[in-house]
Amino acid sequence: MAEANLQNTPARTQPNPKTRPKRKKIRSTDRLLAISFLLPSIVAVAVFVYGFIGWTGYVSLSKWHAILPDLSFAGLENYLTLFQNFRFQSDLRNTLIFTILFIAVVALLGQCLAVMIDKKIKAESLFRNIFLFPMALSFIVTGVVWRWVLNPSSGVNLLFDKLGWDLKWYTDTTIWPGIEIGKVTGGIPIALIAVVIAAVWQMTGFSLAMYLAGLRGIPEELKEAARMDGASEFQIYRKIILPMLRPITLSVIIIMAHISLKIFDLIYAMTGSGANFVTDMPGVYMFETTFRSHNYAEGGAIAIIMLLSVAIFIVPYLIHSRKGEQ
Amino acid sequence: MAKAVSRGTIYIILIALSLCFLIPPYVMVITSLKPFDDVSLEHMWALPSSLNFQSYAEAFDKLLPNLLNTFYLVIPATLISALLGSLNGYVLSKWKFRGADWIFTMILFGMFIPYQSILIPLIQFLRSIGLYNSIPGLIFVHVVYGIPVTTLMFRNFYANIPDSLLESAQMDGAGFLKIYRHIIMPLSITGFVVVAIWQFTNIWNEFLFAVTITTTDQQPIMVALQNLAGSQVVHWNIQMAGAILAALPTLLVYILLGKYFIRGLLAGSVKG
Repeated sequence: MAEANLQNTPARTQPNPKTRPKRKKIRSTDRLLAISFLLPSIVAVAVFVYGFIGWTGYVSLSKWHAILPDLSFAGLENYLTLFQNFRFQSDLRNTLIFTILFIAVVALLGQCLAVMIDKKIKAESLFRNIFLFPMALSFIVTGVVWRWVLNPSSGVNLLFDKLGWDLKWYTDTTIWPGIEIGKVTGGIPIALIAVVIAAVWQMTGFSLAMYLAGLRGIPEELKEAARMDGASEFQIYRKIILPMLRPITLSVIIIMAHISLKIFDLIYAMTGSGANFVTDMPGVYMFETTFRSHNYAEGGAIAIIMLLSVAIFIVPYLIHSRKGEQ
Repeated sequence: MAKAVSRGTIYIILIALSLCFLIPPYVMVITSLKPFDDVSLEHMWALPSSLNFQSYAEAFDKLLPNLLNTFYLVIPATLISALLGSLNGYVLSKWKFRGADWIFTMILFGMFIPYQSILIPLIQFLRSIGLYNSIPGLIFVHVVYGIPVTTLMFRNFYANIPDSLLESAQMDGAGFLKIYRHIIMPLSITGFVVVAIWQFTNIWNEFLFAVTITTTDQQPIMVALQNLAGSQVVHWNIQMAGAILAALPTLLVYILLGKYFIRGLLAGSVKG
């Protein structure tokens, strides 16, 4: 249909051989036109992404600690005080623990579900949709609902109470195993597990969809040939499927990691910072110090640390996929 | 025999996990349908004694202005950013110039940054141009920071349109815009649906920009829901009804157009 449209355009009637040099000219004006259409976006990204990051970096090196801007140079002072700070040290511990638990469960659960759902089972799409629909929801909705479901004085605890377990979920202040590092207690804050459950509920669909797409991409003949050679289903899984899913795992890890490192809304809606900051995250700290306490310099420093933590693996990933494309 | 057993195990595991995943919607729906006296910690799991839509009426009453705000925000932001992404993707896939791939990678980085790292200058900027605390301000923000993902999706999408189609059109003297209008656009319907659903869902659900750029009567639904849930005086049945109302539009999109939603999810994550 598209071609038919084009044939009706007057351009068609132009004699071809004569216009050869002219066409080259047209093409170069076209090229200019193409770049000029892209230009606003390039400028926007240059200013609003790179320029603004630079400006945030500048703020993070300043003495802007109140509503009125004070951009005099403070050096790395804001960063140094941050790393001394109990709340920020807690945040670093929480982010690390949360990211590891969250990624591990999402990747593993998503992969297991995908392998099971890919086995041509009945009601396949029903199962798929049950695991996928939370993806369409906001972290705010997820947070509000899970705060109610895991409410320590009710929720699923009414079931666990009968088993003799007294779970405090996100109000638990225990840190396990509790090793003193600097000012904070190192280990897994038990309260974070509740947040991990909510985040896993929301994001497993993502990794499930990615793994399913990966599994569908593995040619049936490959598995069939292995079966002919007497390979068991488990061997096929280990020797063929798993290696072929490796690039998917990499993508899942990268995407989940950048979501987890900048997480803000889920914590904000579900638990807040928690007692002793057991569920605090840099995103929440940044928001509160900047927009509640007007400590812009400190907020800027947290933001830059968050950015660096994401950039460390996103930049190599982007360069890697750029090379893979060529 | 062994196969039947393993199949049985698969069903048992899947059903058990499905039940776990359905806990939140179950609790949400039954709580929202309970009258206030019925909402108690001990009877959290019990079905409501009678259906009661009062909490929906109350939640709707409280959230309606914010729901409207979000519609005013989401519709233009989605349309503009899809159009922009389409043009960018067209240029970056079919009119490659020297350094185009590097520019694309530089643009793409913008999709992964924590937005906290641009928030302080962004708010200063919006204040200076008078768009702070306004829906147009939020539209602008979502269009700008939507550029990377929409460009990526369209660029990947257009990579599947054969270059020969464009070349023959060029032979016929069609230029940049004519090719876009007559060849690319008609072939982009699916691309537009995928990108629009993706942007609609993301902007609808977004919270950080919404909570920092708007106050009170300009606030989108997610900020209002968070305020509703955060206040001590609002009861659980109303909170749950509010959460359902806030989730309904994106949920409906997922139910009706789930296939495209998943395509967007994959297009936005798997590169090259």
